[in-house]
Amino acid sequence: MPSILHMIADASTYLTWGWLSVSVPNLIVILLMILVFILAIVIPFPHDGNDTDDQGSTK
Amino acid sequence: MTADTQQPPAEFVPTTWTGKLRGVAERKLPYDKALPETQPAYVASWIYVFGVLTLVSLVVIVITGAVLAFEGPMWYNSSSVGLFFNSLHFWSVQLFMFFMVIHLWGKFWMAAWRGKRAKTWITGCLAFLVSIGAGLSGYALQTNFESQWISFQSKDGLNATGVGAWFSVTDIGQMLLVHAFLLPAVIAIIVIGHVVLVRLHGVVPPIDAAKVEPDPQVSPAPQESTVGEAS
Amino acid sequence: MAVSEKQKTIEREQWKGRTRRYDILQEGVIAGIVVAILTVGLAVVFSSPDEPALTFKSWAADAPDDLYATTVKELAGTSDSAEYGPPYNNGSEGVSIGPIAPQKWMGVQQPVDPVNDFVIIPLSNQEQPAKVAAALAIWKAATPDQQAAWAEAYDTALNDPEGADGDVTAVPEGDYGPVPDLATGLVGMAASGALDGILPNPGQFYNENNTKQILFMGDGGYLDDAGTAAHLQGNEWGMMNGIGKYPGQQWLAPFSFWYQLPIFNSEDETGLAATLTANADLYIMAIIGLLTLIAVFLPFIPGLRAIPRVIPLHKLIWRSYYRRG
Repeated sequence: MPSILHMIADASTYLTWGWLSVSVPNLIVILLMILVFILAIVIPFPHDGNDTDDQGSTK
Repeated sequence: MTADTQQPPAEFVPTTWTGKLRGVAERKLPYDKALPETQPAYVASWIYVFGVLTLVSLVVIVITGAVLAFEGPMWYNSSSVGLFFNSLHFWSVQLFMFFMVIHLWGKFWMAAWRGKRAKTWITGCLAFLVSIGAGLSGYALQTNFESQWISFQSKDGLNATGVGAWFSVTDIGQMLLVHAFLLPAVIAIIVIGHVVLVRLHGVVPPIDAAKVEPDPQVSPAPQESTVGEAS
Repeated sequence: MAVSEKQKTIEREQWKGRTRRYDILQEGVIAGIVVAILTVGLAVVFSSPDEPALTFKSWAADAPDDLYATTVKELAGTSDSAEYGPPYNNGSEGVSIGPIAPQKWMGVQQPVDPVNDFVIIPLSNQEQPAKVAAALAIWKAATPDQQAAWAEAYDTALNDPEGADGDVTAVPEGDYGPVPDLATGLVGMAASGALDGILPNPGQFYNENNTKQILFMGDGGYLDDAGTAAHLQGNEWGMMNGIGKYPGQQWLAPFSFWYQLPIFNSEDETGLAATLTANADLYIMAIIGLLTLIAVFLPFIPGLRAIPRVIPLHKLIWRSYYRRG
């Protein structure tokens, strides 16, 4: 039988600052998004050294 | 065209709709442009992988969704295998939105709409918006408490705009067909258009590439296959 | 900011500069494997939420007084559903922004008549105890005005905060007709489980439309309390919250944000705040519509489209290209 008490017990932790309120799982996802974005533009991308001077000459 | 011919092939002059379509396709998106073995050297940052990550996440969503669709919307409430597939579908959606937001941020900071690429930006935004609609119909379809709550709440915004008169989040039959067939078809069409546009225009060159690239040489003859302006 | 002709040419034409070898299919396959592994891993470790649906039977078991009082409101026509307006009925005109009223314009496309759909018809479709059957007969024989008079009187008396305040045993004597017996009958029908089966599509075999059930349940405190317990109310960022310990819809944060503003949550009865609060759904949809248009047509909006130049994150993204030049 469904029970509201069960849902109260099951809810995640919420962090609240005034009108701003975010669940811990959502906060983790949002922070991860920002972190992965920053890492994506900061972490060097490997060059494989097969650069050409004009298009198509490796074909 | 045989290997020993000395003359260039006669130019193809289309006389049918089919022929004209083929001519446009061959001019705008020849195979070596659609499936190249090279990419511009400036495409050298991890931010560029988020488009393809979004795309493959969508594929996982569709595959897991197909299994759920085959078994029906109430299967996973009473089956542990069903719950596992529901979990796969739930997490692939989380990954899809995660990658898509990062892809969007990257494209914004690269001003990727430059060089007549506005349609690429617009189709990307449309894919995002329709995905949110697909997500809503999916959440409303779950046949559990969350779908009761979400349909109860979201009906108000939809009714306020008049859309709710026709799109009823409390009607599981409608939500099932919208979610499992109609919106995926719309998303597929938009995403295919988006990817074709990327291949058509190429990946946007860097801002201020003009300061890096040498001045163009004067070409003695016009290029045979020119990059088309956005059509 | 002026862009040179050379830059425009480079952007519009096929890239003629340095290239590197690259395998588009291989990238797709590797990405696919990565995402598949991530998906399976997350599913195995965290599973997914599946909170069982509330039922009328559980409502009657967990909060019978609330179901009783809600049934009375349905009969009296004072419930949220009864006063909702289009697309369900003409109980009100719905929300609007000045003269712009799309809710009203679309008309009643999904008719719901709470008095009959939620109470009278379900009761009529099952054999009732003698007292309830008699109450039904009295109700059906009465004029609509008489029905309304009974129901409104009982609703007012039952919910009087200075009187009974929801306590059915404290309701003063009055001319309530068959209304108390009808409400008792419906609660009994819910408690037996019969209402869950009969309410959706009485007398019919198939059903796939849950509108009536959701509207009826939403009229009471039971569903609302469950929403509060699950932290899903609109004015506590509920739109983006997940259920249980799971992430929700973080991408809806810009939408959910507006429902937190005090001006859309005002207790005022008159004035701008009252109007905005009463019509919040349409105002917020309009704001979101505008923001969406701005986002979609960003390439054509001067100023906004120049932000990437003004805040040059691109210098990080393309740093190896700029260095080689």
